[in-house]
Amino acid sequence: MAKSIDVSDLNIYYGDFLAVEGVTIPIAAKSVTAFIGPSGCGKSSFLRSLNRMHEVIPGARVEGKIIIDGNDLYGAGTDPVAVRREIGMVFQRPNPFPTMSIYENVIAGMRLNAKRMKKSEADDAVEKSLRSANLWAEVEDRLRRPGSSLSGGQQQRLCIARAIAVEPQVLLMDEPCSALDPISTSAIEDLIHDLQHDYTIVIVTHNMQQAARVSETTAFFNLSAVGEPGRLVEYGSTTKIFSNPDNESTEAYISGRFG
Amino acid sequence: MASTLETQQPPAGAARSIHQRTLPRYAPAAVFGGCLVIGAVLTGFGLIGTVVLGTVIYLVVIYVLSRTVESSRKAADRVVTGLVTSAFVIALVPLVSVIYTVFSRGLPVLSATFFTSSMRNVVGEGGGVFHAIWGTVYITGMALVISVPIGILTAIYLVEYGRGWLPRQIRFLVDVMTGIPSIVAGLFAYALFVLIFGPGIRIGIGGAIALSVLMIPVVVRSTEEMLKLVPNELREAAYALGVPKWRTIVKVVLPTALAGIATGVTLSIARVIGETAPLLIILGITDSANFDPFSGRIATLPVFTYYEYIQPGVDGSGEGRAFGGALVLVLIVLVLNAVARLISYLFSPTKA
Ligand SMILES: Nc1ncnc2c1ncn2[C@@H]1O[C@H](COP(=O)(O)OP(=O)(O)OP(=O)(O)O)[C@@H](O)[C@H]1O
Ligand SMILES: [Mg+2]
Repeated sequence: MAKSIDVSDLNIYYGDFLAVEGVTIPIAAKSVTAFIGPSGCGKSSFLRSLNRMHEVIPGARVEGKIIIDGNDLYGAGTDPVAVRREIGMVFQRPNPFPTMSIYENVIAGMRLNAKRMKKSEADDAVEKSLRSANLWAEVEDRLRRPGSSLSGGQQQRLCIARAIAVEPQVLLMDEPCSALDPISTSAIEDLIHDLQHDYTIVIVTHNMQQAARVSETTAFFNLSAVGEPGRLVEYGSTTKIFSNPDNESTEAYISGRFG
Repeated sequence: MASTLETQQPPAGAARSIHQRTLPRYAPAAVFGGCLVIGAVLTGFGLIGTVVLGTVIYLVVIYVLSRTVESSRKAADRVVTGLVTSAFVIALVPLVSVIYTVFSRGLPVLSATFFTSSMRNVVGEGGGVFHAIWGTVYITGMALVISVPIGILTAIYLVEYGRGWLPRQIRFLVDVMTGIPSIVAGLFAYALFVLIFGPGIRIGIGGAIALSVLMIPVVVRSTEEMLKLVPNELREAAYALGVPKWRTIVKVVLPTALAGIATGVTLSIARVIGETAPLLIILGITDSANFDPFSGRIATLPVFTYYEYIQPGVDGSGEGRAFGGALVLVLIVLVLNAVARLISYLFSPTKA
């Protein structure tokens, strides 16, 4: 069910600009991996390369190998659309579909792919996903209102609900809580705890406590200098990274003595 | 805040104040009224002279007045306000004049018979625009059916798929097409059908093609602008759900841009519905309704208006019908504009 991901020697380019260089990291199945690091070091870029969203940007490309459960993610026979059905994503900025209601947004993954579902099935999927994303109570009585009528934080939870409604095997979350209040944040963290029994989860966060709370493995990315490509400095079990990291810069970043 | 204001104030004190003497609200209107009277007296009560001279005097008077009572900045503001308003009024003059003339001379002609009868066997009084309305409606309709798919698909290609040099060339050609004189579009369609059917051909579909040549670039351009406004994040959101690109375009991008596209299409109809020259060439004119777009002459409102005006008949009753036809055309365009607004209201994604 859940999938492990093996990344080796990955370079990420925007045109000629090398944004991330030489990343090698195994991501275990059914676990939570947190990416931390300063702004602009390439966490989002790396995350997007894991479900082939990176190549959507004109001129963007990657070099290197990513193996998902034995399959080469960038191999010749791999269909990016099929990949993205298995590897869902929550973006850094909320992006609900403005033409759809809250209800339609949640089941957009099925509707847009013309999957047939009974009304009751759809209702159940909507309620379950919205409950998991801690949004149900707030929108229960206005499911037919447009998704864009929600507040920023509510929109982000709507996007989380939309991503988990299709039950992907891997869930990539790019700072999912950066626009959320502490209550919703803790609901999302609970959700991550629940999901990790069945799913592989990768989360980018700027919140050290959050990384420490939710993840089993933590990876620290850094930039050696402005204009230089970002690199994976080290990764390891979260307890180790937070208590006794190998690298000095990791320690400096985590304890807030950075730059 | 107060303290910063105080510290910035020069020691002299009262020199810097946020309070200023101002002219009363009614001052510009009163001054303008006075200037009109002066202008009227000076020019001997001619309408145009009064307004022009009155406006010039007003600009001078309000400047001097404002400069002495208020400040030089306010004075400049009032003069520029006056100039901008004058420009606006000047721009309105032809519009108002056209609408007034068309309505005042066209309205008396409108009647039930005017809408329901053609010019068949009509000599002198009577007759109507039935045949021309139908001609205009279905020639334009056919042009629409040809242009909308081509235009929208081209725009989709340009925004969603085109990479490299080809889209640049297409954009350039579309821009060139936008500038094609309508008579050239008519000659193109005519030449095309002459090649197929021989000289002297008159055929409805040819008119539709001529209008399409004029419509397609408008549809492409407006659709392209609308598609570009759709945020990339929405496309990415759909891709991340495993939705293929074509479905993303059909189900996310197009619905999001629908209001703008529909408005653009409606306005492109308004743009071509009054075209006369190309239809004159390829459709000609006829007195009866012709429902066959694949053979024979077809009357349309603009060509009808033109012929009624230059050939008003022995009793001159054609001139009235010309204004009636023009009025019907203006009404259709007004309705189309209203429809465009309605569509953009109904389909806009932000509507709750
Ligand atoms: N669409 C793009 N085109 C060109 N360069 C880009 C693009 N997106 C990101 N970059 C560059 O790639 C580098 C990494 O960006 P990325 O968004 O991955 O950083 P990040 O670690 O997610 O930062 P943050 O914590 O601020 O979200 C940056 O130098 C950025 O300027
Ligand atoms: Mg980022």
